Amino acid sequence: MPTGETQTSAEYIKHHLTNLTYGQHPDGAWGFAHSAEEALEMGFMSINVDSMAWSIGLGVIFLLLFRRAAKNATVGVPGGLQNGVEMIVDFIDDLTQSIFSHKNDLIAPMALTIFVWVFLMNLMDLVPVDWIPELAKLFGVHYMKVVPSTDPNITMAMALAVFVLIIYYSIKCKGLGGFLAELSFHPFPSKLLIPVNFILEFVTLIAKPLSLGLRLFGNLYAGEMIFVLIAIMFSAGIGFALAGGVFQFVWAVFHLIIITLQAFVFAVLTIVYMAQAHDTEEH
Amino acid sequence: MNLNLTMFGQSLVFFAFVWFCLKFIWPFLKAAMTERQEAIAHGLAAAEEAEKKLTEAASGAQDELAKAKDEAAQIIDQARRRANQMIEDAKGEAREEGQRLVDAAKGEIDQEMNRAREALRVQVAELAISGAEKVLESSIDASQHSQMLERLAGEL
Repeated sequence: MPTGETQTSAEYIKHHLTNLTYGQHPDGAWGFAHSAEEALEMGFMSINVDSMAWSIGLGVIFLLLFRRAAKNATVGVPGGLQNGVEMIVDFIDDLTQSIFSHKNDLIAPMALTIFVWVFLMNLMDLVPVDWIPELAKLFGVHYMKVVPSTDPNITMAMALAVFVLIIYYSIKCKGLGGFLAELSFHPFPSKLLIPVNFILEFVTLIAKPLSLGLRLFGNLYAGEMIFVLIAIMFSAGIGFALAGGVFQFVWAVFHLIIITLQAFVFAVLTIVYMAQAHDTEEH
Repeated sequence: MNLNLTMFGQSLVFFAFVWFCLKFIWPFLKAAMTERQEAIAHGLAAAEEAEKKLTEAASGAQDELAKAKDEAAQIIDQARRRANQMIEDAKGEAREEGQRLVDAAKGEIDQEMNRAREALRVQVAELAISGAEKVLESSIDASQHSQMLERLAGEL
């Protein structure tokens, strides 16, 4: 905690959990929010610049890397990059084929994008929590959250996108009537129980994107919080600092599993939801 | 934790990235991988085929060898039979030749005998005539009695 003299622990934590938000101040001027409260006052018409920049940056890294592998893809013996990329592609392809039995070329590339992108965003969690924010401070940027997946906007945005596709493919494959019928006649196939069915199924439907987005957010937010708490230990004397170093390493190793798992879960659930949206048969 | 425009911005970015992946990444990698898979499958199939052909060729060679051996045996057999035949033929010919020679010799002997008998008959006739001449002296004319004498000689 390099700025410990002027900050309490609570302020330090809060600072780490505040996004760099751009929007309209209540007095009408546009600009960056200078505190979490100001950001909250901006309401909906504001944007978290750090989350967007980091997520887009990481996404572009992913796309460029894979694009390079795709452009240079050879049928012969693959090189290092192609090998790694193909391993991931093959993994996602197998996963998709084992869950999703319909014909839709969108699903596998989408699962690949989700898996790698979410993984990269989660990976930012392993960068020591003060490095990039302190660096940004040198350039006059006061808030910098570098892990996009600890921002619910980011995770919910992807969940929302998946939700839109669920609705789209449900209506496309079953027709509007079929989709509504699925909502109305499950789990009790009776005309009398349509309201009950509808409430149950609607909640199930809404729960899909909510759980998808909030699961990723919750896991990463908690992980980030623990890294921040460990970082506080560094300013509490040599004994705490050493213990903090050990904790940080242990937690980072454990977190490595979590971030991979969360990326995987997001991709798998997306495929599962897509498969459900395509399923036309009664069950 | 306040939701704001970031959510929609990120959704749009998400769709854009998925679209990019769908158009420019996935098909190329998938194509390369599928093609390689096929190439490997082809290679394995070819290897299997080659192995099958090898065993086929080996058994074919065995067959050829057996056939050649068979043929050779047949040829030897034929040759032996032919040699026997030739020997038989030669023997038969020799026998015939010998018979012919014997027959010819017999004929010659018969002829010789006949000739000797003829000569003997003539001499006997002459002798008888000269004897009768001597007995009858001049009463016998050789030309007159030659007919009778010839008949006499024929009876001998």
